[in-house]
Amino acid sequence: MPSSVPRHWRENIKRYRLLGTKCASCGTIHYPRRTVCPSCKARELEEYQFKGSGKIYSYTIIRSPPEGYEFCKPYAAALIELEEGEIVTAQLTDCNFDDLEIGMPVESVIRRMFAYGESGIIVYGYKFRPILPRM
Amino acid sequence: MKTIKDVGIVGYGAYVPMYRIKNSDIARVWGNDPVRVPVKEKSVPGPDEDACTIACEAAKNSLLRAGIDPHSLGAVWVGTESKPYAVKPTATIVAEVIGATPAINAADWEFACKAGTEALQGAFGYVGSGMAPYALAIGVDTAQGQPADALEYTAAAGGAGFIVGPAEESLAHYEGSYSFVTDTPDFWRRQHEHYPKHASRFTGTPAYFYHVTNATRRMCDELGKEPNDYDYVIFHQPNTKFPMAAAKMLGVDKEKVIPGLISPYIGNTYAGSSLVGLAAVFDVASPGESVLCVSYGSGAGSDVFSFTVTEKITEVRDKAPNLKSYVGRRLEIDYATYARYRGKIRM
Ligand SMILES: [Zn+2]
Repeated sequence: MPSSVPRHWRENIKRYRLLGTKCASCGTIHYPRRTVCPSCKARELEEYQFKGSGKIYSYTIIRSPPEGYEFCKPYAAALIELEEGEIVTAQLTDCNFDDLEIGMPVESVIRRMFAYGESGIIVYGYKFRPILPRM
Repeated sequence: MKTIKDVGIVGYGAYVPMYRIKNSDIARVWGNDPVRVPVKEKSVPGPDEDACTIACEAAKNSLLRAGIDPHSLGAVWVGTESKPYAVKPTATIVAEVIGATPAINAADWEFACKAGTEALQGAFGYVGSGMAPYALAIGVDTAQGQPADALEYTAAAGGAGFIVGPAEESLAHYEGSYSFVTDTPDFWRRQHEHYPKHASRFTGTPAYFYHVTNATRRMCDELGKEPNDYDYVIFHQPNTKFPMAAAKMLGVDKEKVIPGLISPYIGNTYAGSSLVGLAAVFDVASPGESVLCVSYGSGAGSDVFSFTVTEKITEVRDKAPNLKSYVGRRLEIDYATYARYRGKIRM
């Protein structure tokens, strides 16, 4: 797998922090970041930090992942509906497949996405896990 | 040692992975007695976890409790012996993830199991001298024990972070600390080696007990206290036996050690070990209670800290998950799965 270090570096912030934009005029929140508000066409957008919580909108179990992702196969890939309403695609982690269900509350965590072999860069980013039960 | 400015801990947060392997299962694989084992079970990091991801969650939990803007941190220091990169700081990734870059000092610290308290000692100095308003120190490891070696039973994963700040905002007031080191080769890992080596029996008396007891006695002398004056005492916990024996040597009541003794349930989290214990104590301590925390790192040395818990603890405690929540979230795996997750099978 070819490693594109500059591309990963440019995308780090997005993958690390679930940053989106919020329209200053109509208040709509967008993910990924926009330069023009799709709702009202305003150009004045501010940075928005998503809370990182949401629920499973839909999911599937990946048993034959793309190259570079084999280290955590099988894994669940999901569409997550964030608390703010936007939908993001992400891997699920720390979960029992039998417990997964649509609507299950999840929260974002930082995990290893993939690594370029033993000597290349390690790419970190957000995944979602079932909300940690508080004791 | 004391700081110029009055400082304390304004936020703390721990993390432990959810996978567990029973010591009896490790003993079964290597043909040893499944009853005579050092701990019940140990934590195992998932395939997508490493010292960096554990540090990130500990950092986030610390910030939740501190309630400060990440940009007001003057340092993010990660103490670990399981750096994901041999060269490239873990701390810059953590700083970026929590949104604390770029006007910040970031570095990884190394001193076997006391790398985390070494970073914490530095953070008290950094904030206590007025160089920064806040500093975050994290102790974390995903320790590896050679298959069939005695250390395989306890080498575990976890960590905890502590944000140092002004005394007025503290959940625990810093009263003083001490560091005590000698050149003692009880445990080491050479460059490019996967697993550490240790000098077996040599790890007890001249290494762990010598440094832990001397550091503790010397700090207590400076502060005019006795080790048993404290309400809670946390020792570095490579197993269950060592911290209990250290308590006995120092005249500390057994029940003062129990609340911070986490290794029986998750194993030895190395640079995280005494700090995970400290987080567990902050989860239960009441305002006015005093806490003594003693680390040990091979090579060798101890850092000791003296704290008094303040009223603020009751306000901030529930702003992040407590240690019990992480210890209680457990999924047992067998030796084969553990071997795969820990990269013990080399093809
Ligand atoms: Zn708009």
